[in-house]
Amino acid sequence: MDDAAKPRHTRTIRVGNLARVEGEGALYVRVKGSRVEEVRLDIFEPPRFFEAFLRGRSFAEVPDITARICGICPVAYQMSSCQALEAALGLEVEGQLKALRRLLYCGEWIESHTLHIYFLHLPDFLGYPDSVRLAQDQPERVRRALQLKKTGNELMTLLGGREIHPVNVKVGGFYRVPRKAELKTMLAKLEQAREIALETVRFVAGLDFPDLEPDYTFVSLSEEGAYPILQGRIVSNRGLDIPVADFERHFHEEHVPHSNALHATLQGQPYLVGPLARYNLNFDRLPASLQSLAREVGLGPVCRNPFKSIVVRAIETLYACEEALRIIQAYEEPDAPSLPVVPKAATGAGCSEAPRGILYHRYQMDEKGLITEAKIVPPTSQNQKRIEEDLRQFVAAHLELPKPELTLRCEQTIRNYDPCISCATHFLRLEIEHET
Amino acid sequence: MKPKVLTLGNPYRQDDAVGPWIAQRLRQAGLEVCEVGDDLTRLLDGLAGADEAWVVEAVVSGQPPGTLHVLEVGAAPLPAVFERLSSHTIHLNETLELARSLGVLPPRTLIYGIEGRLFGSGEEPSPEVRQAAEALIRSIQARQGHPGNAPVTDTGQRKG
Repeated sequence: MDDAAKPRHTRTIRVGNLARVEGEGALYVRVKGSRVEEVRLDIFEPPRFFEAFLRGRSFAEVPDITARICGICPVAYQMSSCQALEAALGLEVEGQLKALRRLLYCGEWIESHTLHIYFLHLPDFLGYPDSVRLAQDQPERVRRALQLKKTGNELMTLLGGREIHPVNVKVGGFYRVPRKAELKTMLAKLEQAREIALETVRFVAGLDFPDLEPDYTFVSLSEEGAYPILQGRIVSNRGLDIPVADFERHFHEEHVPHSNALHATLQGQPYLVGPLARYNLNFDRLPASLQSLAREVGLGPVCRNPFKSIVVRAIETLYACEEALRIIQAYEEPDAPSLPVVPKAATGAGCSEAPRGILYHRYQMDEKGLITEAKIVPPTSQNQKRIEEDLRQFVAAHLELPKPELTLRCEQTIRNYDPCISCATHFLRLEIEHET
Repeated sequence: MKPKVLTLGNPYRQDDAVGPWIAQRLRQAGLEVCEVGDDLTRLLDGLAGADEAWVVEAVVSGQPPGTLHVLEVGAAPLPAVFERLSSHTIHLNETLELARSLGVLPPRTLIYGIEGRLFGSGEEPSPEVRQAAEALIRSIQARQGHPGNAPVTDTGQRKG
């Protein structure tokens, strides 16, 4: 029966495939009368068992193996894994090597955020079905977005050896560090990227945003003296402030039948990681110029509207461009590309800010440096329960919307999170059902 | 000018690896190949400036594994088979139409889609896919110096 012909309480909405997300999944929403009875983000991309096949491999292989988990955020996997293994071995990568890692990560933030802002998320706000229609109407805007993204990719190629699945990162540092002259070649491109990123902030801040302001528990890293990217303590807006090594004492993963990705909770409750959490918990760590810009475009120090995450991503992209310029201008070639590394039986944990939120790794190795246990908690699996909560609240508050608009808004609600289902499992179908 | 060969796919997802698998062998044979991987926005850069482009990708349409689909990008978008199974953030159709909107779609663009079966974790494409890939490699090698003369393979399952 067509929806219009049904009584309102039996309205059914189904979408075969949710596009513009990374990976394979589906959404099911069941509404009884005016009550949202069930919301499920089904993830049926097969589990990838990375944690299992890391066992028995050398610690030195871990950064390169885990980088294969994601083609969009391989640097995050390399950084969290290195940090965990370095913690186990008692190593601390500091100085220019640490700065180079942050620079590499800036490249990933630029390319990943730009892809999501322009090609996955922006069409929703402008009423386009995809980025093709956007490019037909606004080709110059899309060309400039591609230029911005390419600059991030080039930074990853320069430091990581290649842009997809970089191969230059190792436990203790890098296999090779760049010459000053090599990095300087990026300056002009990054200056242009900064201009495009600034345009992006002003443009996306002028979009129309649906109303939704859940009472989130935000979780992010807090990095000493800097907006968090590489490392730090894990903090929340509810008073949590713990070292990374204590992650598993506070955060728990559970298997739910409808998902191949584990659901994570903080003391039994859903929580949010990613740009919105980072921004709200670290606004004061942004440079003063970016704080002023955020206020100027109407964002302010706290933003609870998940649809406005597109503005936060744009600000973070601009931050990454500025941070990359700063690091390159201050760069001095280190004496050695890495610290000496001697394996030993030990356990260590690491956490860094992937574009989509905190990425936790823990490894245990034996005296020969062979991995005996591995644990990886990616941001999308941490956000799954929170995505379901957002959908529940949004659908409950907007049952009066016509079916096509409600469906689009549900998809958009999921895309607010830039979910990387491939990471979480190691596609998305939407189904909303109303019944009496 | 030689046609530009571009390959798509993730080298660690079994039959999705057919693009990178072909790229590696063509490169070993001394041919220039642009590997796009699984971030299809990079395909736009790869297509820009080429007079003729040959794009190699794994597809799933329900045909037997190893079936070779050969399609020329015309005035209309490609059939939906090239959007159905993409583990990429934007799919091949969308990328080609983006290229058209941005004015970088080469005058002639051919898509070589090899039907896949397995898309789990693993580096080697399945035997049927490898067999089709080897035939396509021989054909590309034989025809690479002849723009306008796209490879026709001997798999006997060509679609156009």
